Amino acid sequence: MSRAVPPVLAVVLVAMWLVLNDTMAPAQVVAAVVLAAALAWWGSKLRPLRPRLHRPWLAPALLATVFVDIVRSNIAVGRIILGLVRDRDIRSGLLEIPLDLTDPHGLAVLATIITSTPGTVWVGLSPDRRRLTLHVLDLRDEAAWIRTIKERYERPLIGIFEP
Amino acid sequence: MTGIESPWIAVPVALLLVAGGLLTLVGALGLVRLRNFQARMHGASMGSTLGLGCLVVACVIVGSAMAHRLALHALLVTVFVVITSPATATLLMRASLYRGRARSASADPEVIER
Repeated sequence: MSRAVPPVLAVVLVAMWLVLNDTMAPAQVVAAVVLAAALAWWGSKLRPLRPRLHRPWLAPALLATVFVDIVRSNIAVGRIILGLVRDRDIRSGLLEIPLDLTDPHGLAVLATIITSTPGTVWVGLSPDRRRLTLHVLDLRDEAAWIRTIKERYERPLIGIFEP
Repeated sequence: MTGIESPWIAVPVALLLVAGGLLTLVGALGLVRLRNFQARMHGASMGSTLGLGCLVVACVIVGSAMAHRLALHALLVTVFVVITSPATATLLMRASLYRGRARSASADPEVIER
């Protein structure tokens, strides 16, 4: 089983090669398939742990949520930088969040989402992987941050990556 | 001939370029305005998310209009930034926190903007 070519990775690499070369010429398609199959196979030897997608159909909604949040948090961080938030002090600091997600690939995606959203940066996990530390630019309402992370990102990720 | 003179192409592209530029500029301004290293990292990430996104979409529109077909390769910039930038951001953040800890600074919330 572990000797087979990882199919999703191979398909993504084929698509990436063809988009990067901006072509659908038959020779390039053949090159893409050969390269992708070889790279995916070698790659799976470097990292034998395979992600299992249990409910991949949850991903588009998560992607849409993340897009909306990136736009909103860009505006929020921009307002803070420009000094448009005058009615209160902005406190920035670390925030700890208890985690239920344990799948390593799910955690990697969660780290990418959190760091890609301005206003929050992933700092690290506790050694038992049960607590996540974030750095938050605007720590007004810690409970609201915890709710956002757990309900908007962690729950769909558990659905996608865990049985 | 090129198709980018059409207002249906030129106007959205111009708006996207200005929006992307402004977002990146505000993010860069954050490097001056915010008071500590960790807070400044959040400003820098504005340019690499929505600022970059606006420029990439403008690039796809212009490229597609000039080639008279869908030219999506600029979207790969987003893919590469999304898979690489969290690694550097997390590394920088951790490095700065460890340095702060070594100097016996507290990690408590700090007022960075009044």
